[in-house]
Amino acid sequence: MPVMDKLKAISGSIAIVGVAESDNIGRVPDKGPMELHAEAGRNALADAGIDKSEVDGVFTAGYSTYDIAEYLGITPHFTDSTSVGGSSFVIHIAHAMAAIAAGYCEVALITHGESGRSNRARAGGNPGLAGAQYEAPYGIMGAPIGYSLAANRYMHQYGEDRTREAMANIAVSTRKWANMNEKAYFYDTPMSFDEYHDSRWVSWPFHLPDCCLVTDAGAAIVITSAERAKSTKKGGVNVLGVAEGHDHSVLHQMPDLTRTWGRHTGPQALEMAGLTHDDLDLAMIYDSFTYTVLATLESLGFCGPGEGPDFVADQRTAPGGDFPLNTSGGGLSYTHPGMYGIFTVVEAVRQLRGETGQRQLDTCKLAMAHGTGGTLSSTGTVILARD
Amino acid sequence: MADGYNKPIPIPQPESDNYWEGTKAGELRLRHCDDCNQAYFYPRNICPECGNNNTSWIVASGNAKIHTFAIVHRPPHPGFMDDIPYVPAIVELEEGPKMATQIVNVEADPSKISIDMAVKVVFESITDEISLPKFEPA
Repeated sequence: MPVMDKLKAISGSIAIVGVAESDNIGRVPDKGPMELHAEAGRNALADAGIDKSEVDGVFTAGYSTYDIAEYLGITPHFTDSTSVGGSSFVIHIAHAMAAIAAGYCEVALITHGESGRSNRARAGGNPGLAGAQYEAPYGIMGAPIGYSLAANRYMHQYGEDRTREAMANIAVSTRKWANMNEKAYFYDTPMSFDEYHDSRWVSWPFHLPDCCLVTDAGAAIVITSAERAKSTKKGGVNVLGVAEGHDHSVLHQMPDLTRTWGRHTGPQALEMAGLTHDDLDLAMIYDSFTYTVLATLESLGFCGPGEGPDFVADQRTAPGGDFPLNTSGGGLSYTHPGMYGIFTVVEAVRQLRGETGQRQLDTCKLAMAHGTGGTLSSTGTVILARD
Repeated sequence: MADGYNKPIPIPQPESDNYWEGTKAGELRLRHCDDCNQAYFYPRNICPECGNNNTSWIVASGNAKIHTFAIVHRPPHPGFMDDIPYVPAIVELEEGPKMATQIVNVEADPSKISIDMAVKVVFESITDEISLPKFEPA
C-alpha cells in the first residue's frame, strides 16, 4: 500500500511549468501523430521558457519513449512509456515526481499526439489477450460499447430516469463550457436538452452526445522541481498530490461496473495534499462519456454511490454553477483524440494561472485533474495548486 | 463454417485450447480452483484469487442471469454491419463467474430485455474450429 508519510514528504516538490496543445487540434489531416507530439512538446517548452536541451526525462503513452525522444532529438536519462490508456499522462506526473525526487532527472517532458480522427487504422490486437478471445468476437469492441454496458448496470441499480437526466445534465453543461473555448470542436455549436434527448443512439443507453469526440490533437507538459520552477517564465503550478492504479483490463473483469479505481486515487491524492474535496475550486474529470463523469465523481468521493445524479442536477456543473467541471469543454465537446487525459491537466494549469479568458473562474487556486484509461480500467489523479 | 464470416474470430491459446474445444463440443468449460473451491473466468492455469495452480476444469450448467447489456446501433467493426441492433452483455453464470457474451433470440429492445433476466447458453458455430457461447432467454 502507498506509504502516506513518504508521499507527504514529496508533496509540492515538483511544479508544472509549461503546458500546451499542438498548433492545431480538431481536424488535422495534414499532420501525423508524431508531429503533433513534437509541436506540443515545443510549445510547452516555450510556455516554460526552457530549452529542449535541458530535458532529461521523457514520458509518453501509445508510443515507446525511444520513438518519441528520437523524433524530438532528446537523449533522456529517465524514460517512462507507461501506457494504460487515457490516464497515462496524468500518471506520468506521479512518475515524474518520483524521478525528480530521487534525482533521476530535473526537467520532465510528457508528450501526447494522436490522429484519432484522420487516421482510423486500428492495429490488430494481441490474440493472446483476453479482449481478443472473450469480448471482441461478441462485438464488444471500442469504448462506446464497453462504457454503455457499464452505464446500464448503473441505471439498473440507481434508477433509469435519474441516470438519464444526469447524463443529459453533464452533456449540456459541458457543451456550455465548450461554447466559451475558441479551441473547442463545438465552440460554435450549442446543444439544448431537447437536442440531447432527440439525438440518435450509438449504443443504448448512450445517445451520440453521451460519447466523446474523435479528433486529432497533441498536448505536452513540462515539469521540474518546485525550487527551479520559481525561475521559469510563468512560475510553477505545484503538484500537491498524486495517485494511480487499475483494477481490470477487459470490462467483464471489472469488480463493480459502477465504481472506478478513482475510489482509491481520489482519497489518496487529496490526503497526500492535505486537502478535502471542499477545498477544490475546479475538477477536470476525464469525460470519455457522460457516464464516465457520473461514476467517477462518486468513486472519487465527491458524493456517495448513486448520489451523482443529485450532485450534477440543475446544471450545477455549468458556467455559473457552484461546481465548475471540465471548463475546457472536455472530451465531449472540446477535443478527444483517443487518450485525452493530458488535456485535463492543460486546462487545470491554465485555470490556475488565470489564462482562460471568458471561461476563467473567479477563484481558482486548487484543482483536481483526473484521467481514466481503458474501459474504466485505470485512473490517475493529481492535485494542483497555485500560490 | 458460415460463409463470409468476417467478425473477429478467437485464436485459441495454450490456456484456452480446452475451453474452445469445449464450446465446439457443446460444453461451457470453466477453470476451477481446487484450493479456493471456486470457478473463475477467463481460463488461466493459475488461479487469479490465490495464485496457486491447483486448478481443474468443470463443465458449467449453462444457466446464467444478465448482469448488464447494451443495444448497439453503430457497428464497431464492418463484420457487425448486418447485425445491428445487437445485444452485447455480461452474464453471471450459476457457478459465479461473469463472462462477456451476446444475448440472442430476443428482440433488441430495452423493453424486452432486463438485467437479472434468466438466460441459458447456446453455441453458435462460426468456423470449423470455433463455436461461440451466446445466451438466450431461459
